[in-house]
Amino acid sequence: MELAQERDSGTNVISPAGRVDGSNSADFHEALAAAIADDDSRVILDMGGIDYISSAGLRVLLLVAQRLGGDSTPFAVCSLAASVDEVFRISGFNQIITVYGTLDEAKAQLA
Amino acid sequence: MSEPWRILVVDDEPDLEPLVLQRMRRQIRGGKYQFEFAGNGLEALEKLRADDTIDLVLSDINMPQMDGLTLLSQLNSLDQDLRAVIISAYGDMGNIRTAMNRGAFDFVTKPVDFDDLQITIDRTVEHLRQWREATASRDKLVTLQNELDIATNVQQSILPSDFPTTTKYEINANMVPARNVGGDFYDYVGVPHDRMFATVADVSDKGIPAALFMMSSRTALKGAAIGTGSPREALIEANRVLQADNPTLMFVTVIMAVYDPHNGEVTYSSAGHDPPVLVHADGSGEQLPATGGIALGIAPEQIFTANLSEQTVVLGPGETLILYTDGVSEAMNVDDEEFGLDRLLGLFAGRPPQSAEGAMHSIFEAVAEFAGEAPASDDVTCLALHRSAAP
Repeated sequence: MELAQERDSGTNVISPAGRVDGSNSADFHEALAAAIADDDSRVILDMGGIDYISSAGLRVLLLVAQRLGGDSTPFAVCSLAASVDEVFRISGFNQIITVYGTLDEAKAQLA
Repeated sequence: MSEPWRILVVDDEPDLEPLVLQRMRRQIRGGKYQFEFAGNGLEALEKLRADDTIDLVLSDINMPQMDGLTLLSQLNSLDQDLRAVIISAYGDMGNIRTAMNRGAFDFVTKPVDFDDLQITIDRTVEHLRQWREATASRDKLVTLQNELDIATNVQQSILPSDFPTTTKYEINANMVPARNVGGDFYDYVGVPHDRMFATVADVSDKGIPAALFMMSSRTALKGAAIGTGSPREALIEANRVLQADNPTLMFVTVIMAVYDPHNGEVTYSSAGHDPPVLVHADGSGEQLPATGGIALGIAPEQIFTANLSEQTVVLGPGETLILYTDGVSEAMNVDDEEFGLDRLLGLFAGRPPQSAEGAMHSIFEAVAEFAGEAPASDDVTCLALHRSAAP
């Protein structure tokens, strides 16, 4: 699973790309886990490059949110493609994971 | 020839023993079932402690000394891999619900219809066989494909197929598993006042852990539907049960509806699942309003409850309610196009379904035709509830 990463004074912005489904959700989880450090002060997942996410992929986001929640590290996703946004809305994930429209909004507001 | 399934019948009515032996004589002679009998819960526990080869406990609820519900709670402490089926008075939903919450696999109502009983026993032992295979393979190295096959079998073993058919309405459902992803199931259960609950669900992820979570979801949803007046309340209760012990953060999206054949009212609620489709008597399709809702198993009760509503619509004569999973709407063809909601909504234009089975047939045929050679990437599951055109 390809993902880009940028750290700026404690803010860890992770930008995966492609399609997440049952066939690569384990890789997705591994890549995300490796990209997160214990001393990150907040983590933003820029989903702009993800054009499809299945329930197996959503579960990975929950596991990441749980790990970060355990350390009280703020976590949000942003820039959802229309189809991914719909999945978040129907599954109710937008009620349990913080979602921002754009990366700039996320950077400005996530605390 | 495999060993017979060992069934312990627990009932204080002495008439039941000769009746069971008589009505099940073919299965007994054929080496399929072997029956033991106990007159109350205490006697049953003694037998179970002395004999760890019992597979299934078939128990009445009202008995002297120890009743069936107490027996059920004691069964869990025995640490034996068995399943319980409860025999209860018709309409005694409070006790049936308690029994399901205490881990009963299924129930039959009195007076006992022996054909029904046999179907229920067959389904329960088949489930137990798949379950044992699944839990055994969890402890040893199995190939991924092997694991997926076992999970698919567990999945198939919980799907009912004795569809309700009355002069007023009927239900039909089907699940076609994908090769590599799987977690859909459907269920239905009758509750007092002739009302009928129907459920379609989609469990996250695949393989044996997902199949085991599916089992818990199915039992939690069935238990919650029984005796709960509304789908919203049932979903809240099932979420509470599933969320209480879910370290792996599995989740299940659910659409649940209850139908009242006396006035045609359908009340539905969704936990993170697509709302139903209503097919009108002229064949036009309509997606019903969403009800909010978060997938079951992951949200604390307060957040889950705050986001969940329910809707009521009237199913007119000749109309059909369709509950489905995204395996239908997201079925892909060889050009990577989706089947889509619009195709489903337009499917019956000019040719309204005349029966639940007819509606199911049309949907599965259309999806298969659309997908063509493309392999299914997800389970395809659908349930249709059709109200008869004639009053």
